[in-house]
Amino acid sequence: MYNQDFFFQALIYLLAAVVSVPLAKKLGLVSVLGYLAAGIIIGPFVLGLVGREATDVMHFAEFGVVLMLFVIGLELEPALLWKMRKSIFGLGGLQVLLTSVVIGAVALAFGFRLNRAVGIGLILALSSTAIVLQTLTEKGLIRNTAGKSAFAVLLFQDIMVVPILAIIPVLAAFNAPGNLDNTQLDKLTGVAALPGWAQLLVIIAAIAGIIFLGRFVSKHIFRFIAETNLHEVFTAMALLLVIGIALAMDAIGLSPALGTFIAGVVLADSEYRHELEATIDPFKGLLLGLFFISVGASINFMLFIEDPLRIIGYVLLLVLLKFLVLLALGRFFRLKKGYEFLFAFLLAQSSEFAFVLISFSRQSQLFEEKTGGLLLLVVTLSMALSPLLLLFNDKAVSPILARWQNKIEFDEVEAQEKPIILAGFGRFGLVVGRLLLANGFKITIIDSNPSNIEVLRKFGFKLYYGDVTRPQVLENAGIANARLLILSMAEYENALEVARYVRKKYPEVEILARAKDIFHAFEFVKLNVKTVQREMFNSGLEMGTKALEYLGFSRYEAYRSARMFKHHEEEVFMELYEHWLEDHSQFVQETRRFSEQLSETLEAEKKVSIYETDCAWDVESIREEAAATLKSK
Amino acid sequence: MNRILVEFAHPAIQKSRINRRLIQAVKELENVTLNDLYEKYPDFFIDVKKEQQLLLEHDIIVWHHPFYWYSAPALLKEWMDLVLVHGWAYGEHGRMLEGKTVLSVISTGGRLEVYSKEGRNRFSIQEFLVPFKQSANLCRMEYLPPFVVHGAHTISDNEISEYAENYKKALTMLRSDAVDRDRLMKAAYFNDLIE
Repeated sequence: MYNQDFFFQALIYLLAAVVSVPLAKKLGLVSVLGYLAAGIIIGPFVLGLVGREATDVMHFAEFGVVLMLFVIGLELEPALLWKMRKSIFGLGGLQVLLTSVVIGAVALAFGFRLNRAVGIGLILALSSTAIVLQTLTEKGLIRNTAGKSAFAVLLFQDIMVVPILAIIPVLAAFNAPGNLDNTQLDKLTGVAALPGWAQLLVIIAAIAGIIFLGRFVSKHIFRFIAETNLHEVFTAMALLLVIGIALAMDAIGLSPALGTFIAGVVLADSEYRHELEATIDPFKGLLLGLFFISVGASINFMLFIEDPLRIIGYVLLLVLLKFLVLLALGRFFRLKKGYEFLFAFLLAQSSEFAFVLISFSRQSQLFEEKTGGLLLLVVTLSMALSPLLLLFNDKAVSPILARWQNKIEFDEVEAQEKPIILAGFGRFGLVVGRLLLANGFKITIIDSNPSNIEVLRKFGFKLYYGDVTRPQVLENAGIANARLLILSMAEYENALEVARYVRKKYPEVEILARAKDIFHAFEFVKLNVKTVQREMFNSGLEMGTKALEYLGFSRYEAYRSARMFKHHEEEVFMELYEHWLEDHSQFVQETRRFSEQLSETLEAEKKVSIYETDCAWDVESIREEAAATLKSK
Repeated sequence: MNRILVEFAHPAIQKSRINRRLIQAVKELENVTLNDLYEKYPDFFIDVKKEQQLLLEHDIIVWHHPFYWYSAPALLKEWMDLVLVHGWAYGEHGRMLEGKTVLSVISTGGRLEVYSKEGRNRFSIQEFLVPFKQSANLCRMEYLPPFVVHGAHTISDNEISEYAENYKKALTMLRSDAVDRDRLMKAAYFNDLIE
């Protein structure tokens, strides 16, 4: 068959992804690790299903990174970016500078010549945008302080790719002094070949072009296409836009990722933002997956097998150096307590840009083949190590950190006679807590998010940093004779764990729990927690009431309908609960949960037939009787 | 033995001096059910079916409430509007409450003398209670003379205790039908029937 080979390759890659990623997820790992493992398995050193062309696939799949930055740009507002300027240039700038100096110094100590040491330092200073952003999105850390700082650093690194590309040939020239001739310079492409002021002009012109295109032109094009109602044309246009910008950037020697990121930011304000995001997203996901698989497949294990200990040593040394610099910077920039570790672990690997830079360095003869191969291997392994580092942070470092911090903070907990313990003081707990405080109750508030704590302390709230899943924290807060324990935290599994523990050890303590959804609520009811509040139910109901008002209901009619619905829901809830007790002892998968919940709720709603129309103040029967009386007269 | 249902309506029981004591006195009595409406329906969303069922399970209904603006607190009125509906409680086919008995138990700040033609309130308690009496009547129920606590703002703790004790006695009497019919019809207040 025509192109059989291509389809066979596609089959292998897709199969590897479909098998390994869900497996990695089941094991609680980020999908990146699953993709990398899949790549290693299908690669030449295990099954040998894909061979040397994996590198080509990788170059193709690097486009996934470009798409990812476009999507991220779409989600960022320019105002937010402006707010981040300090972290981007301060934190990012210092990270690149310090890390290159440290790694360069170590390379020098290993006997590399100065110019090569500088090159190695610069190349290895970068961190993997693809891995880190994928991780941040998957773990929902993109809005977290550590996540934002990591993102700022990555942005700066993306910008730095351009000057590094320009510097490499210059460094290479020092290998043989006097050899910096025109042939060497000719190899420079685009901006790097121009004098400094012209480079700046071209960059400014390019960025201005993107902004102009995004702001003023794209709107009309998208509208014109959207009016055709042909979705695939819109998809084509979106891809055309991204690929066009990427190629244009490439042509002038700027990083395509940076260009599309700017385009994304410019379009973040446009009315087509969501449509664009939804269109690009699947391409992005697939290409990124492909990219990681090909990275896995292209790891040269021959080099590794020759001297495994040395390679492992290099990888660990690299990660350690980067980690230490990042940790120091995290401290220096006053990241919130505990977050500097997350920040450092997040960025401790090397970048996929290193692949590009290394191959360019080889062409420019900065390194010989062997050094290049070694660097590639180290970079790849450091990337593969990255998910494990985060796992290490989650499982080992942050619990220890939390414990250590608790020791200090918890000395301050005032022993309340019969404390009211409020665990979790975020969007939900804040409302609960404020109501109680407004009514003159003293409450012991425990939260595990240090950034909340600092803000709220400023406003005079008494808060304690702590992880309530740790019995010691609960004991210190006085759980033994607590009047109430309110579990308002968003760490749903932890809340259940706490409820389970308290029910067992202090059965007389009254527990009030915030539930994520109906299934989560069932778990609490099963633990004999009587007051369970589904976090979204009431606000949804309020919104529905408002909607009824706009639809012509009188305000009181709308109110009563909502009340009726709520009471009805309580019966539906119990009906579903009985059902759940019978046949839902096994774990229901997260993704299936919502649709299952929906269909079961609607099913139960049919059965519980109390949802009659409101008969209150109904005068129908009186009118009939009155009419009958009139007639009989 | 008669079963008694106390339909109690007080929106701020934590601020009450008298009704809290009255309720304390009767809530543990056998065959007496306390239905604390404000506790049960803080959102005024009355479960009509449940309330009607409760009525059917009892023989004597007590409307127990402070006397607000010569009437009941809003929730008891809401209860009447929604629970005592046409076709169920009254009307040609509404005979579900037929033969039951109603007693109003009220507390009021004014002393007995202000509830008279010459007094500040110009009408007697019985006159003010006509809507309740006629409501009971329309539902084919017997309406007893009311049990009234006068001077709620000024009476002493001892007097409150006495009222509470009398309230308990009243319900005990009603429970066992130990009320002299003739005296009952002549009495102005149910209080007068208690020795």
